[in-house]
Amino acid sequence: MADTPQAIEVNCETGVVTTRDLTPDEIAAQAVAAQAAADQRAAAEAEAAKVAADKAAAQAKLAALGLTADEIAALSK
Amino acid sequence: MANPTMTLIGSPIVVGSGGVSSVTFSSIPQTYTDLVVKTSIRGSGSGTPDFSGISINGSTSNFTFKYIQGNSGGANSGSYAVAVNPPMDTSNFTANTFDNTEWYFPNYTSSNYKSISIDNATENNSSTNYLDLYAALWSNSAAITSITFTPSSGNYVQYSTFYLYGINNS
Repeated sequence: MADTPQAIEVNCETGVVTTRDLTPDEIAAQAVAAQAAADQRAAAEAEAAKVAADKAAAQAKLAALGLTADEIAALSK
Repeated sequence: MANPTMTLIGSPIVVGSGGVSSVTFSSIPQTYTDLVVKTSIRGSGSGTPDFSGISINGSTSNFTFKYIQGNSGGANSGSYAVAVNPPMDTSNFTANTFDNTEWYFPNYTSSNYKSISIDNATENNSSTNYLDLYAALWSNSAAITSITFTPSSGNYVQYSTFYLYGINNS
């Protein structure tokens, strides 16, 4: 049987540190947060991939117009 | 004459063997101007990367953020309306390395919405590494009385550390 996830809490008024098992609600909330993180990551990766694809397409079009690689690179400096 | 100070609040947290999946600073005193949390963490998950998120006063709602990121594959930026989750080291990162993050919470007792500035550097020598800056907003007027950190997967591993400081500007 898997161990129940643990939580640490520091009471900043007293300095007391408490370690306890997570409650079922907290475990569920953690799953929601994990999904949000996964969504964030997927969105970031999709956005980065689109930017990279757009950049490559733009560079190809500029090259087709006769610009050299150095001239294309200079546009983004 | 102003005498700004930076004071450790409560007790530092050093994660023990077995790890933990949640770290909370509760009953935060309302006597400082700003708060700073410094973390040195590594997750037990296997993402590249996983993320370390926060909740404030138990809430993960009403967060938005913009970020810029440099990584070994290039750079990107984004704007999201989800819980704030900067990247963190995982088991897929260089062994025994921990990422470092500073979370700055200015005017945490005010009745205005709370801005959060985050700078983050993961440690990885073998594949993608991440350097992130976040400008986040928690659209809630409540004073911040507790902050909880939660990994997106698994646990914070042993020797991960969390320090909370209060900044007084007078």
